[in-house]
Amino acid sequence: MIVKKFKLPSDPYNIIITGVGGQGNVMASRVLSNMLVNRGFMITIGETFGASQRGGAVMSHIRVSSKGTWSPQIPKGKADVIIALEPIEAIRVLAAYGHPGVFVLANTRPVYPVGVITGELNYPSREEIKLSLQELSAQLWLIDATDQAIGLGNPILTNIIMIGAFAKLGKLPILLDDFIKVMEQTLTGDKLEINLKAFTLGMEALET
Amino acid sequence: MSKLLEVREGSCHLLMGNEAIARGALEAGINVAAAYPGTPSSEILENLAQVAKVRNLYVEWSTNEKVAMEVAAAASFAGLRSLCVMKQNGVNVASDFMLHLAGSGTRGGMVLVTCDDPGALSSVNEGESRHFARMIEVPLLEPGDFQEAKDMTRWAFELSEELRTLIMLRSVTRMSHASGNISMGKLQDQLRRAEFRYDGFILDPNEGPVLSAPVAYKHGLQQGKIEKARELFEQSPFNTYEGPEKPELLIITSSACTLYSREAIHLLNLGGRVGLLKLGTTWPLPPNLLKKYLTLTGTILIVEEVLPFLEENVKIIAAETAKEIGIKTFYGKNDGTIPMTGELSPDLVVSALSRILEIPYAAIDPAYEKKAQAAAFFKAPQRGLAFCPGCPHRASYWNIRNALTLDDRQGFVCGDIGCYTLDIFPGGANTLKTLHAMGSGTGVASGFGQLSPFGLDKPVMAVCGDSTFFHAAMPALVNAIHHRANITVVILDNSGTAMTGFQSHPGLCINAMGQEAPKVDIAKICAAMGAKVAVCDPFDLPETQKTLNRLMEDEVGVKVLILNQKCGLSPEKKAVKKYDVHVDENLCIGEDCGCNRLCTRIFRCPALLWDKEKEKARVDDVLCAGCGVCTGICPQAAIVKEVA
Repeated sequence: MIVKKFKLPSDPYNIIITGVGGQGNVMASRVLSNMLVNRGFMITIGETFGASQRGGAVMSHIRVSSKGTWSPQIPKGKADVIIALEPIEAIRVLAAYGHPGVFVLANTRPVYPVGVITGELNYPSREEIKLSLQELSAQLWLIDATDQAIGLGNPILTNIIMIGAFAKLGKLPILLDDFIKVMEQTLTGDKLEINLKAFTLGMEALET
Repeated sequence: MSKLLEVREGSCHLLMGNEAIARGALEAGINVAAAYPGTPSSEILENLAQVAKVRNLYVEWSTNEKVAMEVAAAASFAGLRSLCVMKQNGVNVASDFMLHLAGSGTRGGMVLVTCDDPGALSSVNEGESRHFARMIEVPLLEPGDFQEAKDMTRWAFELSEELRTLIMLRSVTRMSHASGNISMGKLQDQLRRAEFRYDGFILDPNEGPVLSAPVAYKHGLQQGKIEKARELFEQSPFNTYEGPEKPELLIITSSACTLYSREAIHLLNLGGRVGLLKLGTTWPLPPNLLKKYLTLTGTILIVEEVLPFLEENVKIIAAETAKEIGIKTFYGKNDGTIPMTGELSPDLVVSALSRILEIPYAAIDPAYEKKAQAAAFFKAPQRGLAFCPGCPHRASYWNIRNALTLDDRQGFVCGDIGCYTLDIFPGGANTLKTLHAMGSGTGVASGFGQLSPFGLDKPVMAVCGDSTFFHAAMPALVNAIHHRANITVVILDNSGTAMTGFQSHPGLCINAMGQEAPKVDIAKICAAMGAKVAVCDPFDLPETQKTLNRLMEDEVGVKVLILNQKCGLSPEKKAVKKYDVHVDENLCIGEDCGCNRLCTRIFRCPALLWDKEKEKARVDDVLCAGCGVCTGICPQAAIVKEVA
């Protein structure tokens, strides 16, 4: 198996996928983790999704290891990569789990908290978000994933585009074929096709 | 195909803790499973329901946890293996039957899985179910990782048959809703035939009637079973020790805290100094095993969530064996080393260890942390819970609040458990003034409805969901009607148990296994009970408000208003937009309107935004569910809908 030759950047390698209820956060963490299980890794996922469809922040902690099971909560300051389906959620997660060496991939499209909608709270500008994320990460990729997903015909594909971008980052041995293998388990025809397109778009987003 | 049907023994799959528990039950060859949905437990029965046909199971969403336990017990009495599942506070509901079940004993293997929610991530309580095991005298198991969640569940059925008692298996959110690699065991076929024997001698456990009487005799038998469990647990492979032979400090833990403790030892590089005793059989505790490990060191840290259950029980053993093991220093919840509330984490165990052993630890570089905290404070506004776009509850509470305001007698609403509980959060209308258990809205309202002779002159309202109505509100409603309480009960019928993932209930024409089922009509029940019943569509704002005001003005007896509108996430509605909604910028006059941004400041739909630059409302097409309700709230009629 290829994984035998692949040395994890750290063991466990810690990924946080974050977003807002309804964005497909949990699905993204399952897909990514199943790709890695197929590659022979031990995975532990911890998910906070109790009120996930009701506007709350959602977070999946993924621990990738060749040794065993880890805590389903990543210790503070120990995230290696943050994949944010919503940009300010990346900032929130960095405050607890970030460190100067963390990589951040963030979707650019805001989902406004109810306090912002009512006018009680302020949502930062795109430029302010970018500055903060740059300051708090080793490297940052801002990806217009929702816009691209709308282009494909369905904004829910945002999560798959972000996973494609992470795959391209090359920190873990996951390729388009790994994605196909996992998605073929549950999808066929047009639905499979559109997901593959989304994943590929994500990979391309990191190249440019 | 569901992963739970995997037939290759030893094959490895990524399973959620709840899936692992379901798989363990399948490997034990269960016949019957019953549950009431509740986060974080719901996926166990959902997964079993999906494979019910293939694995020849009977699976049901029962009306409440007590009924679920009764249904599962009947299968056990008939010699079959059965599972019942609930969240922590569900055990309170089931506990009356559970007490008597402990007395009567079981026949076929029967397991209660309870999923606690430390930190109340999706609960309005931080209940602790483990004390029921001690109080009701049944054995308690707690898996320490995902593999154990499966293996222990399978074993629990064997243990139940060996001891002839209910076995309780307790999970927590971070076990149930976490996932890990699981090696599959053998999927067992069920070969049992249901047969209930009752004609034998009254004390015959196999052939006699199943009773908790004669009480003293049966109680004694039950205590004998606990003694037997205590002996069996001395040898259990689920109790493990890792660490040096002579540790400076011994951690005693169970459940997900095992993973936090192990990680904390790793983070502080204490593998050579700290021992970890992980207990899987936590009631009754095996005293000799405890004695053996307590002897290793003088300093003990007990790591557990919710109440100090392990801590107190370990201390009893330590006191009883003090002459042999010596005096110990205990750290845990009672001395404040481990927080008394909230869920634990690796960091909280690190902080306990670093305080006791005086090892400094900084999780994050202080300069970075300062910057990151400032960024989060200024640039990541809090995300309060809100009703989803298209949610019928937003419309219902809009109507309730407007009706209360128009009524002008300072009426209030007694709350209940479901998505509609979110009215108390920033996204809600803030009309709920009491909030307790399932069905309590109607029960508490029934009490308020008797207080006018003592001077309470405010109109009393209660809300109740459709699943909650069947679960526990019906007895409260009967009580209110019989005692002529002057109340208005609003039943928010969204056609499903929405909060927990849209499970079926008796008000629907489908059951857990996807079969057609007779629908029990809520309006007819309420009318038959003797309430004055009205039915409205909450999306029809004027009609609903008018009806509510009419019912509140009628001061004789119980009035019920049923608000029918399917949940926006229901399979029929999800991803289907009825209307395309947009704001006509020529009609929206923004801050000049005088409505003071009613649409965004008060209505609070995540898809209806305020464009600061244009100073006009705007619809977010990605989020909008197309319910069209907001078109009825704008005084300028600037929000426009077209059939999609």
